[in-house]
Amino acid sequence: MSLDRARPLLLPLTLMLAFELWARFTHLQSDSLAPPSAIFAALTAALTDLSIPTATRDTLFAAFSGLAIGSAIGLSLGIAFGISRPLDRLMEVTVEAIRPIPSIALLPITLIALGFGYRMEIVIVAFACIWPMLIMTRSAVRGIEPRLMEVSRALRLGAAQRIAKIVIPAALPRIFVAFRLSAGIALIVAVTVEIAINPIGLGAGIMLAQQALRADLMLAYLLWIGVIGYALNLLLIAAQRRLFGRAALTGDNP
Amino acid sequence: MSRAAILWRIASILVAAGFIAAWQLVADLRLVSPVFLPGPDRAWAALVRGFSSGDLASKLIGTLEHMAYGWLAASIAGIALGALIGSSRMMRAYVAPSLEFLRPLPVSAIIPVAIAMLGLTQGMALFVIAFGAIWPIMLATIHGFAAVEPRLYEVARSLQMSRGAVIGKIALPSALPDILAGMRLSLTVALILSVVCEILAGLDGLGQWVLLSARAFRSADLFAGVILLGVTGYLTSIAVSLVEQRMLAWQSTAR
Repeated sequence: MSLDRARPLLLPLTLMLAFELWARFTHLQSDSLAPPSAIFAALTAALTDLSIPTATRDTLFAAFSGLAIGSAIGLSLGIAFGISRPLDRLMEVTVEAIRPIPSIALLPITLIALGFGYRMEIVIVAFACIWPMLIMTRSAVRGIEPRLMEVSRALRLGAAQRIAKIVIPAALPRIFVAFRLSAGIALIVAVTVEIAINPIGLGAGIMLAQQALRADLMLAYLLWIGVIGYALNLLLIAAQRRLFGRAALTGDNP
Repeated sequence: MSRAAILWRIASILVAAGFIAAWQLVADLRLVSPVFLPGPDRAWAALVRGFSSGDLASKLIGTLEHMAYGWLAASIAGIALGALIGSSRMMRAYVAPSLEFLRPLPVSAIIPVAIAMLGLTQGMALFVIAFGAIWPIMLATIHGFAAVEPRLYEVARSLQMSRGAVIGKIALPSALPDILAGMRLSLTVALILSVVCEILAGLDGLGQWVLLSARAFRSADLFAGVILLGVTGYLTSIAVSLVEQRMLAWQSTAR
Protein backbone atom coordinates (compact mmCIF):
# COMPACT_ATOMS: atom_id res chain seq x y z
CA MET A 1 0.00 0.00 0.00
CA SER A 2 2.75 2.42 0.96
CA LEU A 3 4.62 1.47 -2.20
CA ASP A 4 1.52 2.24 -4.28
CA ARG A 5 1.31 5.65 -2.79
CA ALA A 6 5.00 6.40 -3.24
CA ARG A 7 5.14 5.17 -6.83
CA PRO A 8 3.98 8.38 -8.55
CA LEU A 9 6.68 10.31 -6.69
CA LEU A 10 9.45 7.90 -7.61
CA LEU A 11 10.14 9.20 -11.12
CA PRO A 12 10.34 12.94 -10.37
CA LEU A 13 12.40 12.35 -7.21
CA THR A 14 14.89 10.11 -9.00
CA LEU A 15 15.23 12.57 -11.85
CA MET A 16 15.80 15.47 -9.49
CA LEU A 17 18.35 13.54 -7.47
CA ALA A 18 20.24 12.46 -10.59
CA PHE A 19 20.24 16.01 -11.88
CA GLU A 20 21.44 17.39 -8.57
CA LEU A 21 24.33 14.91 -8.46
CA TRP A 22 25.23 15.59 -12.10
CA ALA A 23 25.22 19.35 -11.50
CA ARG A 24 27.42 18.93 -8.40
CA PHE A 25 29.95 16.68 -10.11
CA THR A 26 30.31 18.74 -13.26
CA HIS A 27 30.23 22.10 -11.41
CA LEU A 28 27.43 23.19 -13.71
CA GLN A 29 27.64 26.77 -14.94
CA SER A 30 24.63 27.57 -17.10
CA ASP A 31 22.16 30.30 -18.05
CA SER A 32 19.35 27.84 -18.58
CA LEU A 33 19.78 25.08 -16.00
CA ALA A 34 20.25 25.03 -12.26
CA PRO A 35 20.39 22.17 -9.75
CA PRO A 36 17.18 21.52 -7.77
CA SER A 37 18.75 22.70 -4.51
CA ALA A 38 19.46 26.13 -6.07
CA ILE A 39 15.94 26.27 -7.51
CA PHE A 40 14.39 25.58 -4.12
CA ALA A 41 16.65 28.16 -2.49
CA ALA A 42 15.62 30.76 -5.10
CA LEU A 43 11.96 29.84 -4.63
CA THR A 44 12.15 30.28 -0.86
CA ALA A 45 13.96 33.59 -1.26
CA ALA A 46 11.41 34.89 -3.79
CA LEU A 47 8.54 33.71 -1.60
CA THR A 48 9.90 35.43 1.51
CA ASP A 49 10.74 38.73 -0.19
CA LEU A 50 7.14 38.72 -1.50
CA SER A 51 8.07 39.08 -5.17
CA ILE A 52 6.39 35.79 -6.09
CA PRO A 53 3.32 36.34 -3.88
CA THR A 54 2.79 39.79 -5.42
CA ALA A 55 3.18 38.44 -8.93
CA THR A 56 0.79 35.59 -8.12
CA ARG A 57 -1.78 38.06 -6.87
CA ASP A 58 -1.51 40.11 -10.09
CA THR A 59 -1.81 37.07 -12.34
CA LEU A 60 -4.69 35.53 -10.43
CA PHE A 61 -6.53 38.85 -10.24
CA ALA A 62 -6.35 39.31 -14.01
CA ALA A 63 -7.17 35.66 -14.68
CA PHE A 64 -10.18 35.56 -12.35
CA SER A 65 -11.59 38.92 -13.45
CA GLY A 66 -11.36 37.81 -17.07
CA LEU A 67 -12.86 34.45 -16.13
CA ALA A 68 -15.78 36.14 -14.35
CA ILE A 69 -16.56 38.46 -17.26
CA GLY A 70 -15.98 35.84 -19.97
CA SER A 71 -18.01 33.14 -18.30
CA ALA A 72 -20.88 35.54 -17.53
CA ILE A 73 -21.06 36.45 -21.23
CA GLY A 74 -20.62 32.84 -22.34
CA LEU A 75 -23.23 31.63 -19.85
CA SER A 76 -25.89 34.13 -20.90
CA LEU A 77 -25.29 33.55 -24.61
CA GLY A 78 -25.20 29.79 -24.04
CA ILE A 79 -28.53 29.83 -22.19
CA ALA A 80 -30.12 32.06 -24.83
CA PHE A 81 -28.86 29.88 -27.70
CA GLY A 82 -29.78 26.71 -25.86
CA ILE A 83 -33.37 27.77 -25.22
CA SER A 84 -34.08 29.35 -28.55
CA ARG A 85 -33.16 27.20 -31.52
CA PRO A 86 -33.95 29.96 -34.09
CA LEU A 87 -31.63 32.40 -32.31
CA ASP A 88 -28.89 29.79 -32.29
CA ARG A 89 -29.30 29.17 -36.02
CA LEU A 90 -29.32 32.87 -36.83
CA MET A 91 -26.13 33.51 -34.89
CA GLU A 92 -24.32 30.41 -36.12
CA VAL A 93 -22.21 32.04 -38.85
CA THR A 94 -21.29 35.00 -36.64
CA VAL A 95 -20.17 32.77 -33.77
CA GLU A 96 -18.25 30.41 -36.04
CA ALA A 97 -16.49 33.37 -37.64
CA ILE A 98 -15.29 34.89 -34.37
CA ARG A 99 -14.56 31.75 -32.36
CA PRO A 100 -11.51 30.47 -34.26
CA ILE A 101 -9.60 33.72 -33.78
CA PRO A 102 -6.74 32.72 -31.45
CA SER A 103 -7.20 34.73 -28.24
CA ILE A 104 -3.60 35.86 -28.31
CA ALA A 105 -4.15 37.54 -31.70
CA LEU A 106 -6.26 40.13 -29.89
CA LEU A 107 -3.18 41.15 -27.96
CA PRO A 108 -2.00 43.91 -30.34
CA ILE A 109 -5.54 45.31 -30.64
CA THR A 110 -6.00 45.54 -26.89
CA LEU A 111 -2.47 46.88 -26.62
CA ILE A 112 -3.17 49.97 -28.73
CA ALA A 113 -6.69 50.41 -27.36
CA LEU A 114 -6.01 49.89 -23.65
CA GLY A 115 -2.24 49.99 -23.14
CA PHE A 116 -0.31 47.77 -20.73
CA GLY A 117 -1.81 46.63 -17.46
CA TYR A 118 -4.71 44.65 -16.08
CA ARG A 119 -7.34 45.81 -18.52
CA MET A 120 -5.83 44.40 -21.70
CA GLU A 121 -5.12 41.10 -19.99
CA ILE A 122 -8.64 40.86 -18.59
CA VAL A 123 -10.16 41.50 -22.02
CA ILE A 124 -8.10 38.77 -23.66
CA VAL A 125 -8.79 36.27 -20.88
CA ALA A 126 -12.51 37.08 -21.07
CA PHE A 127 -12.53 36.53 -24.84
CA ALA A 128 -10.85 33.14 -24.41
CA CYS A 129 -13.28 32.07 -21.66
CA ILE A 130 -16.46 32.91 -23.57
CA TRP A 131 -16.28 30.03 -26.04
CA PRO A 132 -15.98 26.89 -23.90
CA MET A 133 -18.67 28.34 -21.63
CA LEU A 134 -20.97 29.18 -24.55
CA ILE A 135 -20.62 25.83 -26.31
CA MET A 136 -20.98 23.64 -23.24
CA THR A 137 -23.80 25.66 -21.67
CA ARG A 138 -25.68 25.55 -24.95
CA SER A 139 -25.43 21.80 -25.18
CA ALA A 140 -26.24 21.43 -21.46
CA VAL A 141 -29.39 23.54 -21.81
CA ARG A 142 -30.41 21.64 -24.92
CA GLY A 143 -29.93 18.38 -23.04
CA ILE A 144 -32.40 19.29 -20.30
CA GLU A 145 -35.15 16.75 -19.83
CA PRO A 146 -38.02 18.06 -22.03
CA ARG A 147 -40.59 17.24 -19.39
CA LEU A 148 -39.03 19.83 -17.09
CA MET A 149 -39.74 22.45 -19.73
CA GLU A 150 -43.30 21.16 -20.02
CA VAL A 151 -43.68 21.57 -16.28
CA SER A 152 -42.47 25.14 -16.48
CA ARG A 153 -44.99 25.79 -19.24
CA ALA A 154 -47.77 24.18 -17.22
CA LEU A 155 -46.85 26.37 -14.25
CA ARG A 156 -46.90 29.41 -16.55
CA LEU A 157 -43.51 30.58 -15.40
CA GLY A 158 -42.21 33.72 -17.04
CA ALA A 159 -39.00 33.61 -19.05
CA ALA A 160 -36.84 34.93 -16.19
CA GLN A 161 -38.37 32.51 -13.68
CA ARG A 162 -38.07 29.63 -16.07
CA ILE A 163 -34.35 30.29 -16.47
CA ALA A 164 -33.72 30.82 -12.75
CA LYS A 165 -35.84 27.93 -11.47
CA ILE A 166 -35.60 25.26 -14.15
CA VAL A 167 -32.89 25.84 -16.74
CA ILE A 168 -29.94 26.86 -14.57
CA PRO A 169 -30.46 24.26 -11.81
CA ALA A 170 -30.91 21.48 -14.36
CA ALA A 171 -27.85 22.43 -16.40
CA LEU A 172 -25.67 23.45 -13.46
CA PRO A 173 -23.49 20.34 -13.14
CA ARG A 174 -22.35 20.58 -16.76
CA ILE A 175 -22.04 24.35 -16.55
CA PHE A 176 -19.63 23.84 -13.68
CA VAL A 177 -17.53 21.49 -15.79
CA ALA A 178 -17.36 24.23 -18.42
CA PHE A 179 -16.38 26.70 -15.72
CA ARG A 180 -13.59 24.40 -14.57
CA LEU A 181 -12.18 24.12 -18.08
CA SER A 182 -12.47 27.89 -18.54
CA ALA A 183 -10.58 28.51 -15.29
CA GLY A 184 -7.68 26.45 -16.60
CA ILE A 185 -7.77 28.36 -19.88
CA ALA A 186 -7.93 31.68 -18.00
CA LEU A 187 -4.71 30.94 -16.13
CA ILE A 188 -2.94 29.76 -19.29
CA VAL A 189 -3.99 32.83 -21.27
CA ALA A 190 -3.10 35.23 -18.45
CA VAL A 191 0.42 33.80 -18.12
CA THR A 192 0.85 33.77 -21.90
CA VAL A 193 -0.14 37.42 -22.23
CA GLU A 194 2.30 38.33 -19.46
CA ILE A 195 5.11 36.41 -21.09
CA ALA A 196 4.41 37.87 -24.51
CA ILE A 197 4.10 41.51 -23.60
CA ASN A 198 2.36 42.60 -20.41
CA PRO A 199 4.85 43.64 -17.69
CA ILE A 200 2.92 42.34 -14.65
CA GLY A 201 2.48 39.06 -12.84
CA LEU A 202 4.15 35.67 -12.93
CA GLY A 203 4.74 35.66 -16.68
CA ALA A 204 6.64 38.94 -16.52
CA GLY A 205 8.53 37.62 -13.47
CA ILE A 206 9.79 34.56 -15.30
CA MET A 207 10.78 36.63 -18.36
CA LEU A 208 12.68 39.04 -16.15
CA ALA A 209 14.50 36.20 -14.42
CA GLN A 210 15.48 34.81 -17.82
CA GLN A 211 16.74 38.16 -19.05
CA ALA A 212 18.75 38.57 -15.85
CA LEU A 213 20.31 35.15 -16.60
CA ARG A 214 19.08 33.88 -13.24
CA ALA A 215 18.42 30.28 -14.25
CA ASP A 216 17.62 29.26 -10.66
CA LEU A 217 14.99 31.98 -10.25
CA MET A 218 13.54 31.30 -13.70
CA LEU A 219 13.07 27.61 -12.95
CA ALA A 220 11.70 28.50 -9.52
CA TYR A 221 9.03 30.60 -11.25
CA LEU A 222 8.33 27.75 -13.66
CA LEU A 223 7.89 25.34 -10.75
CA TRP A 224 5.64 27.82 -8.94
CA ILE A 225 3.46 28.39 -12.02
CA GLY A 226 3.14 24.61 -12.31
CA VAL A 227 2.11 24.35 -8.66
CA ILE A 228 -0.50 27.11 -9.10
CA GLY A 229 -1.96 25.43 -12.18
CA TYR A 230 -2.05 22.05 -10.46
CA ALA A 231 -3.59 23.44 -7.27
CA LEU A 232 -6.28 25.35 -9.17
CA ASN A 233 -7.19 22.23 -11.12
CA LEU A 234 -7.27 20.10 -7.97
CA LEU A 235 -9.40 22.65 -6.12
CA LEU A 236 -11.97 22.86 -8.89
CA ILE A 237 -12.17 19.09 -9.32
CA ALA A 238 -12.69 18.72 -5.55
CA ALA A 239 -15.38 21.41 -5.64
CA GLN A 240 -17.08 19.68 -8.54
CA ARG A 241 -17.12 16.31 -6.72
CA ARG A 242 -18.36 17.94 -3.56
CA LEU A 243 -21.09 19.98 -5.19
CA PHE A 244 -22.35 17.66 -7.86
CA GLY A 245 -20.95 14.19 -7.27
CA ARG A 246 -21.45 11.95 -10.24
CA ALA A 247 -23.92 14.29 -11.93
CA ALA A 248 -21.13 16.30 -13.53
CA LEU A 249 -19.22 13.35 -14.92
CA THR A 250 -21.51 12.93 -17.90
CA GLY A 251 -20.49 16.29 -19.27
CA ASP A 252 -16.76 15.79 -19.08
CA ASN A 253 -16.32 14.77 -22.69
CA PRO A 254 -18.40 17.15 -24.76
CA MET B 1 -28.68 19.76 -46.74
CA SER B 2 -32.42 20.11 -46.64
CA ARG B 3 -34.14 23.20 -47.91
CA ALA B 4 -34.92 24.52 -44.44
CA ALA B 5 -31.28 24.15 -43.41
CA ILE B 6 -30.16 26.16 -46.44
CA LEU B 7 -32.65 28.90 -45.67
CA TRP B 8 -31.46 29.04 -42.05
CA ARG B 9 -27.87 29.22 -43.24
CA ILE B 10 -28.71 32.12 -45.56
CA ALA B 11 -30.52 33.91 -42.74
CA SER B 12 -27.52 33.33 -40.51
CA ILE B 13 -25.15 34.78 -43.10
CA LEU B 14 -27.44 37.79 -43.39
CA VAL B 15 -27.22 38.30 -39.63
CA ALA B 16 -23.44 38.16 -39.82
CA ALA B 17 -23.53 40.66 -42.69
CA GLY B 18 -25.71 42.85 -40.47
CA PHE B 19 -23.03 42.80 -37.78
CA ILE B 20 -20.39 43.80 -40.32
CA ALA B 21 -22.64 46.63 -41.49
CA ALA B 22 -23.03 47.77 -37.88
CA TRP B 23 -19.23 47.66 -37.53
CA GLN B 24 -18.96 49.82 -40.68
CA LEU B 25 -21.49 52.26 -39.25
CA VAL B 26 -19.64 52.52 -35.94
CA ALA B 27 -16.41 53.19 -37.81
CA ASP B 28 -18.00 55.71 -40.21
CA LEU B 29 -19.67 57.65 -37.43
CA ARG B 30 -16.36 57.64 -35.55
CA LEU B 31 -17.95 56.33 -32.37
CA VAL B 32 -14.57 54.72 -31.75
CA SER B 33 -11.40 56.46 -32.83
CA PRO B 34 -10.26 55.19 -36.26
CA VAL B 35 -6.80 54.74 -34.76
CA PHE B 36 -8.14 51.74 -32.81
CA LEU B 37 -10.98 50.54 -34.98
CA PRO B 38 -10.78 50.63 -38.77
CA GLY B 39 -13.97 49.95 -40.68
CA PRO B 40 -14.35 46.62 -42.46
CA ASP B 41 -13.73 48.45 -45.75
CA ARG B 42 -10.27 49.59 -44.62
CA ALA B 43 -9.45 46.20 -43.10
CA TRP B 44 -10.45 44.51 -46.36
CA ALA B 45 -8.42 47.00 -48.40
CA ALA B 46 -5.40 46.30 -46.18
CA LEU B 47 -5.91 42.58 -46.67
CA VAL B 48 -6.03 42.94 -50.46
CA ARG B 49 -3.06 45.32 -50.50
CA GLY B 50 -1.04 43.00 -48.25
CA PHE B 51 -1.68 40.05 -50.51
CA SER B 52 -1.05 41.89 -53.78
CA SER B 53 2.30 43.14 -52.52
CA GLY B 54 3.15 39.65 -51.26
CA ASP B 55 4.03 40.80 -47.71
CA LEU B 56 1.05 39.26 -46.02
CA ALA B 57 1.30 36.03 -47.99
CA SER B 58 4.89 35.46 -46.91
CA LYS B 59 3.96 36.15 -43.27
CA LEU B 60 1.05 33.73 -43.55
CA ILE B 61 3.33 31.07 -44.99
CA GLY B 62 5.81 31.70 -42.15
CA THR B 63 3.15 31.13 -39.51
CA LEU B 64 1.78 28.07 -41.28
CA GLU B 65 5.29 26.62 -41.47
CA HIS B 66 5.99 27.11 -37.77
CA MET B 67 2.65 25.63 -36.93
CA ALA B 68 2.95 22.66 -39.27
CA TYR B 69 6.50 21.65 -38.34
CA GLY B 70 5.87 21.97 -34.61
CA TRP B 71 2.57 20.17 -34.84
CA LEU B 72 3.91 17.32 -36.95
CA ALA B 73 6.90 16.84 -34.66
CA ALA B 74 4.54 16.85 -31.68
CA SER B 75 2.22 14.36 -33.35
CA ILE B 76 4.99 11.88 -34.14
CA ALA B 77 6.66 12.19 -30.75
CA GLY B 78 3.34 12.30 -28.89
CA ILE B 79 1.98 9.17 -30.50
CA ALA B 80 5.28 7.31 -30.06
CA LEU B 81 5.68 8.28 -26.39
CA GLY B 82 2.00 7.75 -25.72
CA ALA B 83 2.15 4.28 -27.25
CA LEU B 84 5.22 3.45 -25.21
CA ILE B 85 3.66 4.60 -21.95
CA GLY B 86 0.14 3.47 -22.67
CA SER B 87 1.01 -0.07 -23.73
CA SER B 88 2.81 -0.94 -20.52
CA ARG B 89 1.05 -1.16 -17.20
CA MET B 90 4.25 -0.47 -15.31
CA MET B 91 5.06 2.68 -17.28
CA ARG B 92 1.53 3.90 -16.71
CA ALA B 93 1.85 3.45 -12.96
CA TYR B 94 5.17 5.25 -12.71
CA VAL B 95 5.05 7.92 -15.41
CA ALA B 96 1.39 8.89 -15.77
CA PRO B 97 1.11 10.74 -12.40
CA SER B 98 4.05 12.99 -13.32
CA LEU B 99 2.35 13.76 -16.64
CA GLU B 100 -0.86 14.61 -14.80
CA PHE B 101 1.11 17.12 -12.77
CA LEU B 102 2.59 18.71 -15.88
CA ARG B 103 -0.69 18.86 -17.78
CA PRO B 104 -2.26 21.97 -16.16
CA LEU B 105 1.06 23.84 -16.51
CA PRO B 106 0.59 26.83 -18.82
CA VAL B 107 2.87 25.68 -21.64
CA SER B 108 3.86 29.22 -22.53
CA ALA B 109 5.80 29.28 -19.23
CA ILE B 110 8.35 27.04 -20.97
CA ILE B 111 9.15 29.88 -23.42
CA PRO B 112 11.68 31.70 -21.19
CA VAL B 113 13.47 28.40 -20.52
CA ALA B 114 13.56 27.67 -24.24
CA ILE B 115 14.89 31.17 -24.94
CA ALA B 116 17.63 30.68 -22.35
CA MET B 117 18.63 27.38 -23.93
CA LEU B 118 18.21 28.06 -27.63
CA GLY B 119 18.14 31.85 -27.97
CA LEU B 120 15.61 33.82 -30.03
CA THR B 121 15.76 31.41 -32.93
CA GLN B 122 13.57 29.36 -35.22
CA GLY B 123 14.64 26.28 -33.26
CA MET B 124 13.33 27.83 -30.05
CA ALA B 125 9.93 28.42 -31.69
CA LEU B 126 9.76 24.86 -32.99
CA PHE B 127 10.71 23.45 -29.60
CA VAL B 128 8.06 25.51 -27.80
CA ILE B 129 5.33 24.71 -30.32
CA ALA B 130 6.15 21.01 -30.29
CA PHE B 131 6.37 20.96 -26.49
CA GLY B 132 3.00 22.64 -26.15
CA ALA B 133 1.25 20.60 -28.82
CA ILE B 134 2.54 17.25 -27.59
CA TRP B 135 0.42 17.09 -24.43
CA PRO B 136 -3.07 16.69 -25.86
CA ILE B 137 -1.78 14.10 -28.35
CA MET B 138 0.28 12.12 -25.87
CA LEU B 139 -2.38 12.07 -23.16
CA ALA B 140 -5.04 11.10 -25.68
CA THR B 141 -2.83 8.27 -26.96
CA ILE B 142 -2.20 6.99 -23.43
CA HIS B 143 -5.90 7.13 -22.70
CA GLY B 144 -6.76 5.43 -25.97
CA PHE B 145 -4.27 2.63 -25.33
CA ALA B 146 -5.53 2.13 -21.79
CA ALA B 147 -9.13 1.91 -23.00
CA VAL B 148 -8.61 -0.81 -25.61
CA GLU B 149 -11.10 -3.63 -25.28
CA PRO B 150 -9.24 -6.20 -23.10
CA ARG B 151 -10.54 -9.14 -25.12
CA LEU B 152 -8.57 -7.86 -28.10
CA TYR B 153 -5.38 -8.21 -26.06
CA GLU B 154 -6.42 -11.75 -25.14
CA VAL B 155 -6.86 -12.53 -28.81
CA ALA B 156 -3.39 -11.11 -29.47
CA ARG B 157 -1.91 -13.29 -26.76
CA SER B 158 -3.52 -16.45 -28.08
CA LEU B 159 -2.21 -15.57 -31.55
CA GLN B 160 1.22 -15.01 -30.00
CA MET B 161 1.62 -11.62 -31.61
CA SER B 162 4.72 -9.60 -30.80
CA ARG B 163 4.44 -6.34 -28.87
CA GLY B 164 5.06 -4.31 -32.03
CA ALA B 165 2.34 -6.17 -33.87
CA VAL B 166 -0.08 -5.68 -30.97
CA ILE B 167 0.55 -1.94 -31.03
CA GLY B 168 0.35 -1.61 -34.80
CA LYS B 169 -2.56 -3.94 -35.47
CA ILE B 170 -4.74 -3.66 -32.40
CA ALA B 171 -3.97 -0.80 -30.03
CA LEU B 172 -3.23 1.97 -32.53
CA PRO B 173 -6.34 1.50 -34.71
CA SER B 174 -8.60 1.25 -31.69
CA ALA B 175 -7.03 4.34 -30.08
CA LEU B 176 -7.24 6.29 -33.35
CA PRO B 177 -10.40 8.30 -32.50
CA ASP B 178 -8.79 9.53 -29.26
CA ILE B 179 -5.52 10.32 -31.00
CA LEU B 180 -7.18 12.31 -33.79
CA ALA B 181 -9.25 14.27 -31.28
CA GLY B 182 -6.03 15.08 -29.43
CA MET B 183 -4.36 16.16 -32.66
CA ARG B 184 -7.25 18.51 -33.46
CA LEU B 185 -7.01 20.05 -30.00
CA SER B 186 -3.27 20.55 -30.24
CA LEU B 187 -3.60 22.30 -33.60
CA THR B 188 -5.14 25.29 -31.79
CA VAL B 189 -2.34 25.19 -29.24
CA ALA B 190 0.22 25.14 -32.06
CA LEU B 191 -1.33 28.22 -33.71
CA ILE B 192 -1.40 30.20 -30.47
CA LEU B 193 2.17 29.30 -29.58
CA SER B 194 3.36 30.14 -33.11
CA VAL B 195 1.91 33.62 -32.74
CA VAL B 196 3.43 34.09 -29.27
CA CYS B 197 6.87 32.93 -30.41
CA GLU B 198 6.75 35.19 -33.46
CA ILE B 199 5.85 38.14 -31.24
CA LEU B 200 8.66 37.39 -28.80
CA ALA B 201 11.43 36.34 -31.15
CA GLY B 202 10.53 38.55 -34.11
CA LEU B 203 10.30 35.55 -36.43
CA ASP B 204 8.76 35.96 -39.84
CA GLY B 205 5.04 35.40 -39.39
CA LEU B 206 1.62 36.85 -38.69
CA GLY B 207 2.44 37.34 -35.00
CA GLN B 208 5.24 39.70 -35.93
CA TRP B 209 3.00 41.37 -38.53
CA VAL B 210 0.22 42.19 -36.07
CA LEU B 211 2.65 43.39 -33.41
CA LEU B 212 4.52 45.70 -35.80
CA SER B 213 1.24 47.04 -37.20
CA ALA B 214 0.08 47.78 -33.66
CA ARG B 215 3.36 49.50 -32.78
CA ALA B 216 3.01 51.72 -35.87
CA PHE B 217 -0.73 52.29 -35.20
CA ARG B 218 -1.61 50.89 -38.62
CA SER B 219 -4.90 49.52 -37.38
CA ALA B 220 -6.17 48.41 -40.80
CA ASP B 221 -3.12 46.17 -41.30
CA LEU B 222 -3.53 44.93 -37.74
CA PHE B 223 -7.13 43.89 -38.30
CA ALA B 224 -6.19 42.29 -41.60
CA GLY B 225 -3.65 40.14 -39.72
CA VAL B 226 -6.14 39.20 -37.01
CA ILE B 227 -8.77 38.26 -39.60
CA LEU B 228 -6.21 36.12 -41.38
CA LEU B 229 -5.32 34.38 -38.11
CA GLY B 230 -9.00 33.62 -37.54
CA VAL B 231 -9.30 32.20 -41.05
CA THR B 232 -6.18 30.10 -40.47
CA GLY B 233 -7.59 28.67 -37.25
CA TYR B 234 -10.90 27.93 -38.92
CA LEU B 235 -9.55 26.30 -42.09
CA THR B 236 -6.92 24.15 -40.35
CA SER B 237 -9.44 22.79 -37.87
CA ILE B 238 -11.89 22.03 -40.70
CA ALA B 239 -9.12 20.25 -42.61
CA VAL B 240 -8.29 18.05 -39.63
CA SER B 241 -11.97 17.28 -39.08
CA LEU B 242 -12.25 16.14 -42.69
CA VAL B 243 -9.22 13.88 -42.33
CA GLU B 244 -10.71 12.61 -39.09
CA GLN B 245 -14.00 11.72 -40.75
CA ARG B 246 -12.26 9.96 -43.61
CA MET B 247 -9.89 7.99 -41.38
CA LEU B 248 -12.67 6.96 -39.03
CA ALA B 249 -15.11 6.02 -41.77
CA TRP B 250 -14.34 2.33 -41.17
CA GLN B 251 -15.67 2.62 -37.64
CA SER B 252 -19.27 3.21 -38.55
CA THR B 253 -19.21 0.30 -40.99
CA ALA B 254 -17.29 -2.03 -38.68
CA ARG B 255 -19.70 -1.57 -35.81
